[in-house]
Amino acid sequence: MIVFEDVAHDYGGGPLFRDVTVRLEQGSFHFLTGPSGAGKSTFLKLCYGELLPSSGKVTLLNRDLREMTRDQLAETRERIGVVHQDCQFLDHLTVEQNVGLPLTATDRPLRESDVSDLLGWVGLGARADALPPTLSGGERQRAALARAIIGAPNVLIADEPTGNLDWEMSQRLMMLLIELNRMGTAVLIATHDLNLIRFAKAQVQARVMRISGRKLQLAGAEL
Amino acid sequence: MSARAISSLVVPGRGQSVWLVTLSSAAMAFLAVFALALSVTSARLAATWSDALAQTATVRISAPPEEMDSQTALVLDVLRTTPGIAEARVMVPDEQAALLEAWLGPDLPLDALPLPRLIELTETPEGPDRQGLRLRLAAEAPGAIYDDHTRWRRPLVQAATRLQSFALVSLVLIGAVTAAMIALAASAALSSNGQVIRVLRLVGARDRFIALAFVRRISRRALYGAAAGTAVAMLALLALPQAGSAVPVLAGLGFQGWTWALPLAIPPLTAILAWAASMATAFRVLRGVT
Repeated sequence: MIVFEDVAHDYGGGPLFRDVTVRLEQGSFHFLTGPSGAGKSTFLKLCYGELLPSSGKVTLLNRDLREMTRDQLAETRERIGVVHQDCQFLDHLTVEQNVGLPLTATDRPLRESDVSDLLGWVGLGARADALPPTLSGGERQRAALARAIIGAPNVLIADEPTGNLDWEMSQRLMMLLIELNRMGTAVLIATHDLNLIRFAKAQVQARVMRISGRKLQLAGAEL
Repeated sequence: MSARAISSLVVPGRGQSVWLVTLSSAAMAFLAVFALALSVTSARLAATWSDALAQTATVRISAPPEEMDSQTALVLDVLRTTPGIAEARVMVPDEQAALLEAWLGPDLPLDALPLPRLIELTETPEGPDRQGLRLRLAAEAPGAIYDDHTRWRRPLVQAATRLQSFALVSLVLIGAVTAAMIALAASAALSSNGQVIRVLRLVGARDRFIALAFVRRISRRALYGAAAGTAVAMLALLALPQAGSAVPVLAGLGFQGWTWALPLAIPPLTAILAWAASMATAFRVLRGVT
């Protein structure tokens, strides 16, 4: 699915991380942790091609990121769902239109019943016609999750998806991600919430990666 | 909802750049109609002047009074036997008086003036051998001078042709400025909708989809603006004095007959120009977004 080989990234002030070699397989569940500024978001951006590595090779769904044309990158992103911490909606479109965007913007068929079912699954059935600025933090995160998965992606990437949520809402959202993983989607979540990781590990076989000291390491058994 | 329908929704309708497109398209279309009218009018003038003076000529006979009739008869003989001359007619004194009246006023004592005699010629489409005719007239009637109006016709036609060229250059410049304004507006629209573009790229939208979402909106605005500008300019032209009216200044400027259809091409051409300019701008801007 996603393969990093000796990857380093540098914004100009020295490498944020280097020598990163990792393979995210189909159906796998990974957490990415580390202190603020360690490079978690940068790592995720490399995973969906928003950034190119300074060195090394990133392969997304069997395509070398450097070799991809812009259309190929767009085609790859059709198969990678992303949930940003700030959700990134088009605020002038309704929740239903935002959720359907990955299909309508890529000229794939969209059935309104699919969007309704999905909104019902994430508990937003009654908010389909609402505009994103009127949603609560939890509703925004669930709507972003619905948008990320409506195209049945092979990989789901979430950056601090529970950052603004209370514990109960965080658990509900995590259960949605676990359910999705059980259906075969590879999941990669960046978070620094250790309770959430422990909660997930009780439900699913998850691996935890940690960026620390400019290296990517597998986290220890304390998790 | 279809891709085309969502495409028209993803870009927010508000924004100054949209008004800039509408306003600049309207203003440029307004100017384009006048430049086109000038071009059409100057082409018509050139054709009219050229046709009016073509196939006509004059022979002027300056001779002592006692030789005037004999030289006139000689000249008419020469003209009758010259191929390319369809008709030769001696202008009567009243016609000469009418010609001079515009310059010297009425009640002119023609008898007291040593006026030359004028013979008006109508030439066949092939026309005579002008150099040969001049030589024959010089040999048989030394006081006769053949004038084919070239010295009048050429500068008039040149002036009208040049005016037409200026009008066409103006049209090209108007088109270039319109394209530049729309490109600027498209660039501003794309810059102010960076979040929209980022989200669309994130969900897998191709550059073409994103570009079209902006281009369709900009082209439609350009079409509406140009249609309004064209309509106002055509009404303004209709309000100008018509040819033959009591106000000769500007009379005849504008379109006649089928040429009224020409400005109707300006709105769709503006839309096509807007499409091309904004599409090129959109792809250039999008290259900077991952």
